[in-house]
Amino acid sequence: MSVLINKDSRIICQGLTGRQGSFHAEQCIEYGTQIVAGVTPGRGGEQHLGVPVFDTVSQAVAETGATVSMLFVPAPFAADAILAAADGGIELIVCITEGIPVLDMVRVKEVLKDYDCRLIGPNCPGIITPGECKIGIMPGFIHQPGRVGVISRSGTLTYEAVYQTTCNGLGQTTCIGIGGDPVRGMNFIDCLELFEQDPATEGIIMVGEIGGTDEEAAARYIQAHVTKPVVAYIAGVTAPPGKRMGHAGAIISGGEGTAAAKFAALEAARVKTVRSPAELGSAMKELLG
Amino acid sequence: MNLHEYQAKQLFARYGVPVTKGEAAATPAQAVAAAERLGGDLWVVKAQVHAGGRGKAGGVKLARSAEEVRAAAESMLGRRLTTKQTGAEGLPINQVFVEAGSQIERELYLSMLVDRGRERIAIMASQDGGMDIEEVAANTPERIVTVAIHPAVGLQPYQARQLGFALGLDQAQLKQFIPLVQNLYRMFDASDASLVEINPLIVNTAGDLLALDAKINIEDNALFRQSELRALRDPSQEDPMERSAAEHDLNYVSLDGNIACMVNGAGLAMATMDLIKLHGGEPANFLDVGGGATPERVAAAFKLILSNPAVAAILVNIFGGIVRCDDIANGIIQAVREIGIAVPVVVRLEGTNVEAGKALLADSGLDIQAADDLTDAARKVVAAA
Repeated sequence: MSVLINKDSRIICQGLTGRQGSFHAEQCIEYGTQIVAGVTPGRGGEQHLGVPVFDTVSQAVAETGATVSMLFVPAPFAADAILAAADGGIELIVCITEGIPVLDMVRVKEVLKDYDCRLIGPNCPGIITPGECKIGIMPGFIHQPGRVGVISRSGTLTYEAVYQTTCNGLGQTTCIGIGGDPVRGMNFIDCLELFEQDPATEGIIMVGEIGGTDEEAAARYIQAHVTKPVVAYIAGVTAPPGKRMGHAGAIISGGEGTAAAKFAALEAARVKTVRSPAELGSAMKELLG
Repeated sequence: MNLHEYQAKQLFARYGVPVTKGEAAATPAQAVAAAERLGGDLWVVKAQVHAGGRGKAGGVKLARSAEEVRAAAESMLGRRLTTKQTGAEGLPINQVFVEAGSQIERELYLSMLVDRGRERIAIMASQDGGMDIEEVAANTPERIVTVAIHPAVGLQPYQARQLGFALGLDQAQLKQFIPLVQNLYRMFDASDASLVEINPLIVNTAGDLLALDAKINIEDNALFRQSELRALRDPSQEDPMERSAAEHDLNYVSLDGNIACMVNGAGLAMATMDLIKLHGGEPANFLDVGGGATPERVAAAFKLILSNPAVAAILVNIFGGIVRCDDIANGIIQAVREIGIAVPVVVRLEGTNVEAGKALLADSGLDIQAADDLTDAARKVVAAA
């Protein structure tokens, strides 16, 4: 079992013919992911990486029956591409693109309320169900099918958590990178809800960072609704206020978004927190036995 | 990207947001000429730096004659201003803003920002203008009124009225305030701002509303479509190391410690800083070399790190996913040979081809300590510093 994607998921790639899209889609196909088409406006009718390219998402969905889209569209055009995916009938949009203006995302989030679809990202590594389906830029080989659900705002820091649970034999059900932007699609709570319902997921690892109050909201949600063990780590204890730490969303502003406040909220919700990211895997192992 | 007050006021004026009359000046003579053009018998000379808290730091001076304008400008231009927001070294004052003095009746607060929780632009207003708004929010939150704007329809008149009534404005002032806040919203949206703050928004003795100060931050991710605003960037107000990093597409933030770090990925870079602290050390910087981590970028990153004289040891922490560890090891070796690094370097590699990468480092003959995992890396670099 898994959440959101599995071996039967049929995926299109918006921006397949671009440099980033080509490189990563090829790795996804090698992993076994069913990339069934690409969408690049003006390139319809071509073949790329062995799959047909369409001009529009609607055409690609009609021809292939795809329900998921992986986006590698450059930032200036990405908001438009997300809306095209939603309107084309895509149910799960995974937007890898970094650098989308936040006001574009404010408008996108409003429009997406009209559709029955989910957005992961932007500015994220994507989502993977180990051994079945990889949608995004994460290295497939560090994953292993197993028992833990992983949710993270970061890329390489997620790989640390994933690799630790692979090395200690726990493995993962699904790993979701929700992205480092301030306004994004699925949040911790949406993912926690899915993992709580997924019978194969026995424990949940949550990797947060400074900025905003989503981890605090997640803590309240966990206290009320999550019965499975949760291990959490927050990056940025040493980050100075007012400075953007790489990710657009990783900034302490107006005294809000500190790592200390997030750790405190999670601990109040009886979440097992670790102060070192090196202990995420061992802490989960201890809880799951 | 921050704008100076004088730039922000020019943008305000263009969108029909009333501002105090004034001019920017780069020399004392220009400041005097500006005061003469403005007329009157009271002026305010304000240091143009990208930081708040200027008043308490001596960066805002009243002048009642041309001579006082000259003296105020001379006391600021060419100096550095240190406020509670700048850090000890302060920021250079290359321009002053000379404005006509105002007769202030009331001081109000008005700001707009992207509210992450609501995922909308929010407008905040308070009768407690001229004060530190974070203190107002902490101590008397009921004195701040917030409205969130629906992105499809924009700011509605009822919302503008709601803010105006909360500010205790009379009917005549409301007639000025409603278009003011609507124009400000138009400017925010069209300029891809992430923060606009007027503190204080004043009511003068004639009963008119005016922006006495103006702060605008433009979202970096949107600068590609804001070419006119992009040209207003003032590199002199940026940390020189952060500026040089940006030129190499590296994400760098200076910190006060002595252990430098070089990491791929923003989250892992923050976590690496935290680990150094957790093991008793002090990080010297945040540095994300990005997913690529090519030899050229690694070399540029080493050069950047070493331009900070406080650095006593370097921790390189790379989780090679798509990039291969042997490629990264080669990049490190090349960079260390080229630059000749005199401080201890600890390298932790994990991921694709990690064994080959470690072997390359071990056989290089260079003084590089290999670490087995995150904890080992942090311990080794703290011991070495």
